[in-house]
Amino acid sequence: MATDLNILIGGAAGQGVHAITGPLAKALVRRGCQVHVSQSYQSRIRGGHLYNVLRVGDRPLLSCREGVDILVALNQETLTLHLPELSAAGMVIFDESQVKQAPEGVKALALSPDKVLPETDAGDIAVNAGACGAILGLLEVPVEGLVTLLGETFGAKGAEVADWNRRAAQHGFDLGKALGHPFSLADIAPPSEPNLLISGHEALALGALAGGLTFICGYPMTPWTSLFNAVSQRAEKWRVVVEQTEDEICAINMAIGASFAGARAMTGTSGGGFCLMTEGVGLAAMSETPVVVVVAQRPGPSTGLPTRTSQGDLAFVLSAGQDDFPRAVLAPGTPAQGYLLGAKALRLAERYQTPVFILTDQYFADAQFTYTARDFPPVGPPPASPFGASGKDYERYSLTEDGVSPRRFPGFGPEIVVADSDEHTPDGHLTEDLSVRIQMHNKRLMKLKGLYGDMGNITTMGDPAAPLVLMTWGSSSGAVAEAVARLGQSGTPARLVHLAELWPFPRRAVAEALQEAAKIVLVEGNATGQLHRLVRQETGFKADHLVVRYDGLPFTPEYILRELAPEA
Amino acid sequence: MLPLDLYNSIEPAWCPGCGNYPMLKAFKKALAELDIRPEDILLVSAIGQSSKFPHYLRCNTFNGIHGRALPVATGVRLANPEIKIVVTVGDGDQYGEGGNHLLAAFRRNPDMTLVVHNNQVYGLTKGQASPTSDQGFTSLIQPAGVPYPPLHPLALAVAQDCSWVGRGFAGQPAQLTELYKQAIQHRGFALLEVLQPCVIFNKINTYHWYQARVYRVEDEPDYDPENELWAYQKGKEWGERIPTGVIFKKSRPVLEEAFPVLLDGPLGKWQVARPVAELLKDFY
Repeated sequence: MATDLNILIGGAAGQGVHAITGPLAKALVRRGCQVHVSQSYQSRIRGGHLYNVLRVGDRPLLSCREGVDILVALNQETLTLHLPELSAAGMVIFDESQVKQAPEGVKALALSPDKVLPETDAGDIAVNAGACGAILGLLEVPVEGLVTLLGETFGAKGAEVADWNRRAAQHGFDLGKALGHPFSLADIAPPSEPNLLISGHEALALGALAGGLTFICGYPMTPWTSLFNAVSQRAEKWRVVVEQTEDEICAINMAIGASFAGARAMTGTSGGGFCLMTEGVGLAAMSETPVVVVVAQRPGPSTGLPTRTSQGDLAFVLSAGQDDFPRAVLAPGTPAQGYLLGAKALRLAERYQTPVFILTDQYFADAQFTYTARDFPPVGPPPASPFGASGKDYERYSLTEDGVSPRRFPGFGPEIVVADSDEHTPDGHLTEDLSVRIQMHNKRLMKLKGLYGDMGNITTMGDPAAPLVLMTWGSSSGAVAEAVARLGQSGTPARLVHLAELWPFPRRAVAEALQEAAKIVLVEGNATGQLHRLVRQETGFKADHLVVRYDGLPFTPEYILRELAPEA
Repeated sequence: MLPLDLYNSIEPAWCPGCGNYPMLKAFKKALAELDIRPEDILLVSAIGQSSKFPHYLRCNTFNGIHGRALPVATGVRLANPEIKIVVTVGDGDQYGEGGNHLLAAFRRNPDMTLVVHNNQVYGLTKGQASPTSDQGFTSLIQPAGVPYPPLHPLALAVAQDCSWVGRGFAGQPAQLTELYKQAIQHRGFALLEVLQPCVIFNKINTYHWYQARVYRVEDEPDYDPENELWAYQKGKEWGERIPTGVIFKKSRPVLEEAFPVLLDGPLGKWQVARPVAELLKDFY
């Protein structure tokens, strides 16, 4: 039988939820387990309630799920909120110095600084490292890997701290082991090649770096910030110019300026930050300047739920900016896909000299998945730029068959490069010649044809003959895939259709995928079915049922199956 | 000196008598005297009559959107540390719509020149008050007059350590050419405000009005452009006497110096190779 455990680690912000999750997840991944970590947190720096769910098993895990097998409660609130989710065989590990009412009727292990490391000032370290050790003891996973990791993670804090961590982990391990091991992972084979653990935004950052990114700027805003961080932390090593801007309006204009001058540029934001960027989106399109904009979605409107997840900005991003212009909209489903699309977005922007969007969200940003290096193939060299006609007679917007004009950078040669937000003649100068306007508008829109040909990434999974199709987009892919698999196991054949490239809409591929379906269900993280509207608009296919979620939490297979149950 | 016709471009569509004409002439002369060829300089502009300036001058150009010239120019600066950059904008554009970017530019100190064409009125939208319109200035929107005093951009610039601050007047082209040259040659962020009469919509602040008030600050017995307090007072001075010339100079590190990678030259010339196996190393 497959191993599939859910470990929920919760407490107040600042208590050490991440200090437990990080080393524990890595220790399990190194051991050869498949791990999926998702985060849930509030918009505050200290206090409140936050938790991570570490799902561990022996086969690939593409989604979070419901239920708790091991509950680690660093405070009373975690215990009160999550004890009802505990599975029949579930166990609790809690900090008895923080919990007023010990859990009753369940197997529980009480830890406290005094108990784990008596007569030291170790405090939270004792409980955090002790809980990590205890979980490994319960799972029958050797503690040595954890001790090494704690040394790597907290080594900089000095010898005494390292010693506390080591002793607490060992002590916790012994306590956990003594509890028996209903959740043993002892049978999981060591990995044949090393596993790695990576989040969506980290993988997207690597894709952008692999794809030739040289410039990133932005203004901090959750959940986009984690991508900005992931690039910035690697900027010195990989030579990327990073600038924090005074606002999002500056961010997109600065990225456009850098790109105009020869950088491969990316910016990004979330929620209201993208509202500020929209005028700049049109500028990128009109001036035909490549730019990649990451929109990390969170529930809105306005400030909304800053730290929660959402797929509510698809319609906005598809239409942001005045009038018609070519754009591409991508929405990776997994970190591995995020890596590929990070590079592809830069390539498309460069190739078509127009804005390219990557839609992510809080769940995608933070959730960590287990992979091997084989899941990250080389993305190939960035496209050559500058390219095409040069010399004194160069014209920035010369008319071409595919709408893409030769691109030169100012100051690189004898060319005079003139870019304009006004309607302009081929040489870039503003014009009120209305026939030129039509030529230029057509030229820009012509690029959609090329972009359409470069769209792909429709994933189908499950029984190809199944009459039931569950269609979704972006980061909901894993939960829907798992729901489809579970439906198949319970005798209801179903098929997943997942879109990671949404515009120009891959209408032929989608129509083919839906052609044979007897019943179409759209699954998406917004209230009104924004993808559904797009599917109807572009293909005429209409869903029989919408499964939507907009409470700020990611889809789980259980949620989807519950919503489907009355329909079945 | 380069020939002036090197910079010839399309025919300007400004109103006859516009203060932009003598500015264009003085600017071409400054470039010619500095031996800056059209392909070696980039003009960045935004929206307004002042932002058409680069179209009427043969040179690299990015004409962006209202208020946002400085972000574009700063992006260029961070992607190419070599090209000369001049930003040409208006009072409404920079002091109104783009105010936040001006504050950020004072802090960043990128090596570029910001030329603000200040006519104390919105010309392109036909005569509304701008952030520098005098108190009481009337328009269709403000028939009873602007109820509050104007912004003092040069005092603001001095207070924020803008590394070069000056003011010219379209009616004094010889001085203006010199100011353009100094501002362009200054290493750091230079704010050059140019009093530029709008002959259609501003019937108060005319050539004659400015001519009667401007004076050369260099001629003052206490001229001291490296003295912050003195410069602040000159930046604030407005009304019966209006100072022109170089008002403030302060040597500061430029933005580009904070980016050692720019020593490798323009980003567009970099060879980038990042093996994925190396990128993944942090995640095991």
